[in-house]
Amino acid sequence: MAELPHAALTAAGRVEADGSAAQGTPVLAAARLVLERDLTLAFRRRGQLIQPLAFFAIVTMLFPLAISPELARLREVAAGVLWVAALLASLLALEFLFRDDAYDGTLEQYALSGQPLTGLMFAKTAAHWLLTGLPLALIAPLAALSLGAPPGAIPGILASLAVGTVALSLIGSIGAALTLGIRRSGVLLALLTLPLSLPVLIFGARASELAIRGESIVAPLELLGALAVLGITLAPLASAAAVRISLE
Amino acid sequence: MTWTWFHRLGSPPHVYRLARRLTPWFSWSAAVLILAALYGGLVLAPPDYQQGEGFRMIYVHAPTAWMSLMVYTTMACAAAVGLVWRMKVAHAAAAACAPIGASFTFAALVTGSLYGEPMWGTWWEWDPRLTSELILFFLYLGYMGLRGAIEDTQRADRTSAVLAVVGVVNVPIIHYSVTWWNSLHQAPSVMRLGKPTLAGAMLWPLLTMLLGFTLLFVALLLVRLRAEILARERNASWLQEELAA
Amino acid sequence: MSPEGLQAENLQLWRGERHVLRGVGFSVQRGSCLHVAGANGAGKTTLLRAACGLLHPESGRLLWNGQPVAADLPAFHAALLYIGHEAPLKSDLSALENLRYWIGMRRRVTAGALAAALQRVGAAAWSDRPARTLSAGQKRRVALAALSLAPVPLWLLDEPTTNLDGEGQQLVGSLIEEQLSRGGVVLAATHHELPVAPARVQRLELAVG
Repeated sequence: MAELPHAALTAAGRVEADGSAAQGTPVLAAARLVLERDLTLAFRRRGQLIQPLAFFAIVTMLFPLAISPELARLREVAAGVLWVAALLASLLALEFLFRDDAYDGTLEQYALSGQPLTGLMFAKTAAHWLLTGLPLALIAPLAALSLGAPPGAIPGILASLAVGTVALSLIGSIGAALTLGIRRSGVLLALLTLPLSLPVLIFGARASELAIRGESIVAPLELLGALAVLGITLAPLASAAAVRISLE
Repeated sequence: MTWTWFHRLGSPPHVYRLARRLTPWFSWSAAVLILAALYGGLVLAPPDYQQGEGFRMIYVHAPTAWMSLMVYTTMACAAAVGLVWRMKVAHAAAAACAPIGASFTFAALVTGSLYGEPMWGTWWEWDPRLTSELILFFLYLGYMGLRGAIEDTQRADRTSAVLAVVGVVNVPIIHYSVTWWNSLHQAPSVMRLGKPTLAGAMLWPLLTMLLGFTLLFVALLLVRLRAEILARERNASWLQEELAA
Repeated sequence: MSPEGLQAENLQLWRGERHVLRGVGFSVQRGSCLHVAGANGAGKTTLLRAACGLLHPESGRLLWNGQPVAADLPAFHAALLYIGHEAPLKSDLSALENLRYWIGMRRRVTAGALAAALQRVGAAAWSDRPARTLSAGQKRRVALAALSLAPVPLWLLDEPTTNLDGEGQQLVGSLIEEQLSRGGVVLAATHHELPVAPARVQRLELAVG
């Protein structure tokens, strides 16, 4: 077997058969691959995609049955109902954010890839939002209408939920990473994530409420946006730390 | 040289012995201060012109609320030290803090409810401070729940440490959002805790009680810390020698 | 003695209460292979994962090419490939897709390289079926294909020959020998024998304790 020149096998180990150094993948490309893989996997099991949405719809439906069919009464609590349902639905979907990857060794390979784990965690959370949060935000206006919200409230509700679910996915990813490897961790995940998600609930519900009343939602929306930005900067760091600890 | 004391604090035998020596100092001084504060608050201080005798509950409620927050911060700092420097003792300290903090939080909720009842006419109101306390209580429960759910001690330590740090960053955000939420709606009478409005005779029992509770916390922490070290190091040779002596 | 290669000095590691690694040390030069042997539960996997930098030893050091691994962990990870007991394959993706994502995250892989690697391990015929339809031996072959796609200098293999038939084991042997000829380092943990020429293999025996 022909020996390659020693210098070709550099410390970073990137080498082509002809001895020249190959391209290591830049972190953005790696993150895009992670995103692409998660989206591909989700679409291979399309049936599971609608489950959080169905849960959201069912929970929303519980309230008219439990309270009253009068739209006037429902309109008063509509914003709160939408947000509690969205929060619970996104909690449900969080359990599977890292679960499969942890079981089949993919997460381990992410940690060993030489790429910043924080970036990869962000990509996974982004995929989760695209698959859960965004669809929730898109069907929420329908649920709102069923609870007596005026059609003029739709843009506001959509915007508040779109931004809010970003924050929820990020905060939830921390809880999901922390509870990796714990059996039957659903309730613990909720217990950890819900208190941390309360600010999102408060601002988001307020924004939806104002939208239903026909008022400007700028103030709470800005606060929601601030939470989302804070989440984007800090949550992947915490998730990455928690994932590394789970691999120890 | 200045870091030697820090590294010695990382040694379980050293901390174990130090804790045993210091505990009586803290527990006795705590007892003295708490009794003095109780006397000052229940007997010496005049009744509030508005709330009458019910006001006296503030001498317990305000310090417990303050302590609940301080213990959480201490817990998070210990957890962070344990994470960064990989110090087992720091993780043991964080584990020891949690039930103490949860108890203070629970006491704050109960005394807060008792304090507010004469004013509100109900046993509970969603006032921003009490609501924040309630959320803090759930943060403590979550921390203890996470610790309990992970069998391996080292992993439980490090995982819950991340949670503690995330929590402590969130506490101001949660408090801000709860205050914001409360200000939007017809707020029930907010609990009067403003220290500047308290006259001198009312202020010193409050501060004394706060100091007494702080010393009590340290005493309890030292006791629990020794118990944690005992549990974690039970197979270590230094402990066998220590207990045989 | 050249510092090139992987060195471990006095690794001490506990898993819970068990003192799994008690002062383990080794030095593997470039072009040689370390066979980590020992019965089940002796700590072979633990040692391998500690050598990857996944586990943090209570004391002791790990050196790669004379530099402490802890100083630049991402660069160390970029220089190694770790394959555990199970190949990290997603059951809904095909072998081809799995490799494209797995190795593609580390370096660019062309379609041609992917095809060639799968051909080498005899997977060309079934490379586009979902991984859940593959047998354990087939999955292991896919993992072996990854080795030829990412020529990193350090390989850490946990039970590389499990589930493989005689021909598969020969494949493992030749892959390892090629890596050694390139000046690479291989750490292989297995309680079987390695199908590699003994001259290039050091043996590290771990005892259950």
